[in-house]
Amino acid sequence: MGKSLRNRIIFIVAVLLVSVYGIIGIPKGGLKESLARNIHLGLDLKGGTHLVLQVQVVEALSHATDTAVATLEDELTKAGVTGTVVTKPNPDHPEIIQVSGIPAAKLGDARGVFNNGNYATYDLGSNADGSQTLTMKVGAIRDLETRALDQSIETIRDRIDKLGVSEPVIEKYGLGDNEILVELPGIDDPGHVQDVIQSTARLEIHEVTGGPYPTDADAMSANPAGLPPDSMLVHGNGAPGTGDQVWMVKRVSVVAGTDFRDAQPSQDENARPDITFNLTTAAGDRFYKFTDEHKGTGQMAIILDNKVKEVATIQSAIRDTGRITGGFTSDQAKDLSMLLRTGSLPASIKYLETRTVGPSLGAASIRQGVIAAVIGMLVVMAFMLVYYRGAGINADLALVLNLVILLGFLGYSHASLTLPGIAGVILTIGMGVDSNVLIFERIREELRSGKTAAMAVQEGFKHAWVTIVDTHVTTIVSAAILFLFGTGPVKGFAVTLTIGLLANIFTAVLVSRVIFDAELRNKDRNAALSI
Amino acid sequence: MELFRDANIDWLGKKWYFLGFSLIFSVAGVLSMLFWHGIPTGVDFKGGTLVYVKFDSTPNEDHIRAAMDAAGIRGTKITRISDVLQKTSNEEVISLPESATSDANHDAGRAQVLAALGANYHDSGFTVQQVEIVGPTAGKQLQSQAWFATGYSLLGMLVYLWFRFELIYGLAAVAAVFHDTLITVGAFSLINQEITLTVIAAILTLIGYSMNDTIVVFDRIRENLATTRRENLADVVNKSINQTLSRTVIASGLTFLTVLSLYLFGGEVLHGFSFALVVGILIGTYSSIAVAAPMLVAYQDWRLKQGKQAVLPAKRVKA
Repeated sequence: MGKSLRNRIIFIVAVLLVSVYGIIGIPKGGLKESLARNIHLGLDLKGGTHLVLQVQVVEALSHATDTAVATLEDELTKAGVTGTVVTKPNPDHPEIIQVSGIPAAKLGDARGVFNNGNYATYDLGSNADGSQTLTMKVGAIRDLETRALDQSIETIRDRIDKLGVSEPVIEKYGLGDNEILVELPGIDDPGHVQDVIQSTARLEIHEVTGGPYPTDADAMSANPAGLPPDSMLVHGNGAPGTGDQVWMVKRVSVVAGTDFRDAQPSQDENARPDITFNLTTAAGDRFYKFTDEHKGTGQMAIILDNKVKEVATIQSAIRDTGRITGGFTSDQAKDLSMLLRTGSLPASIKYLETRTVGPSLGAASIRQGVIAAVIGMLVVMAFMLVYYRGAGINADLALVLNLVILLGFLGYSHASLTLPGIAGVILTIGMGVDSNVLIFERIREELRSGKTAAMAVQEGFKHAWVTIVDTHVTTIVSAAILFLFGTGPVKGFAVTLTIGLLANIFTAVLVSRVIFDAELRNKDRNAALSI
Repeated sequence: MELFRDANIDWLGKKWYFLGFSLIFSVAGVLSMLFWHGIPTGVDFKGGTLVYVKFDSTPNEDHIRAAMDAAGIRGTKITRISDVLQKTSNEEVISLPESATSDANHDAGRAQVLAALGANYHDSGFTVQQVEIVGPTAGKQLQSQAWFATGYSLLGMLVYLWFRFELIYGLAAVAAVFHDTLITVGAFSLINQEITLTVIAAILTLIGYSMNDTIVVFDRIRENLATTRRENLADVVNKSINQTLSRTVIASGLTFLTVLSLYLFGGEVLHGFSFALVVGILIGTYSSIAVAAPMLVAYQDWRLKQGKQAVLPAKRVKA
């Protein structure tokens, strides 16, 4: 008994020390700094911006099949299968490509193209009318979406880093709806951040096949047979030079997105701001081939986010360096080159939630939350002392230790303490008291039935234990579900509640028992218990 | 000091009063949800924009409203933030309906409000304390998430109680917390207080807490059934409630005090949350005595009428 009691005391002290270390670490500087270093506060307490955004992955899918459509047309023509029309028949399902008008005699050749290895990620099917469909495989779609999401996170992280926000959080969010959580401590004007994140900055260079036309209608009447299937119309961005005119360009870009290796703000010969870019080696080769083939007469359009930024006549073959001019201010040139440098987003972004808390409100909230917690706890502790006398000390020590363990865990796990988290702490206090009350009431019952103090303590804990397990496990089950399905603030609440309840089982059952045992150790068996 | 030593109250004898009490409150809440205020949901679930503004001096709400109207911002609601303890304040919440924000232009509502305030309050200053913008897509998502979380949470607890006790205990406990949730949401509807994400957290907490209370009583019933097999179930239930009465009153009373301190001193941000808990602790404690335990007896009586085995089954659990 004596040895077991000593071991338990050593264990409790060890847990206490480990928890205290988690809260303040090796004390360096003041207590306040140590606390601030180890206990992370949520944005609702320290101020900052919380954004939830959704990557429109279907756009990335659409880009991928656009490219496939263009290469298919090319390869079919090369294989001598002419007269085919390659389309994406269903706008809601951009993963489906349809090839119609294949002459019966050429069906074998067309099949050869489909099976040449470039379309391995597609399922092939035949329709009743003789047309063929290529449908991207489910696994391939999922891979593409995952890549688009990961790439978006990387790009956003790069951009936020370049903005110089300290300790940002940028991570996947929710239950797989392609959502990203961005948390920016200390930023209380989300406007600029949103602008920077939102710009897809998808820079592409396309071959111009017609135009400029003043309006869409003019472009259509200039092509009475309809637009060639490999072409599309793109509007100017309203800036001087391109205005609102409409160009017809090849659907598939010559260079795009990840082909850009670097971009720097620069100045043209008239000291007007512009942007100089560099291409990767592979893209440079491709660009050289294109410009070499079209030099002298060909035109290319530099398209930024689906708007024509600039149209240039190809003077000579260019390999890997180019320049975008077109009425920038120097700030715009700086922002845009930063966006190009960090890479373009693979798809556009939709904002779902924006929550901003000013630093002063955060400070007021934390003060009120802490005041509420302290007042609640003091009232409870005072009551326990009055009502249970000696045993009240057990309960109060257990409560304090419970709080220390909870904060220690927060320190180790780097989970942040949010305002609902403080509410979770307050609820933990309530449930912690409940466990002690359960035990004490049971001990009193056992004493009333004539048992000795030592027996009553033993029986009281034994019976109360069953109930404590049942009540705590049920609440932890609901907290765990809250953690799984909840978001942001609700999650913070679930974390502190779960940890608090686990700590509670430890303190109410083990710590309180050890204090009783220590108290009864050297007394004779008829001694009274202060309870 | 001891409360309720050897209490001997006939709880089950009062079941018709309890039933009446529960019915009045549930029906009032349901009627309000159906025909009066509905279920008042906040920006979190409806989508929309909230701008919390602190003015340098107590502002005139009509003046703010006029500024919004002049700027052509439709459907704004202007609410003063007042603490329970502090009735006047310089803080206002300007809320815009979902139509002010769209998936395409998420930030439009905030920008409009700031522009309108900037034009009208340039001499007496203001600071924006907090902004919440929830797009229509996110609102729907958060709403379905809240339903799922609540449903799964109840299911999880039911399964655990089934495993530890018997199915009927789980069903009675879930029915009791459903009763609590209905009355709490009804209370929100009656006083037209908005239900936000944190209120959902509070409702889940209340479910956990009410469950906790119910289990303590059930646990004692199980224990007493194992030792006194020949007694009438109603007597066992009454005895069990009385034996745990001290604990119920002390624990609930103390939890109520901590929640009350949260309500009084926790500030405006936690207001809805702490209100749900204040109501929830009261109703949760009541329901474990007045709803859950009588259901066990009612089930037993029904079984007897069907000519089935008389004793309510309860697993024996090793202590």
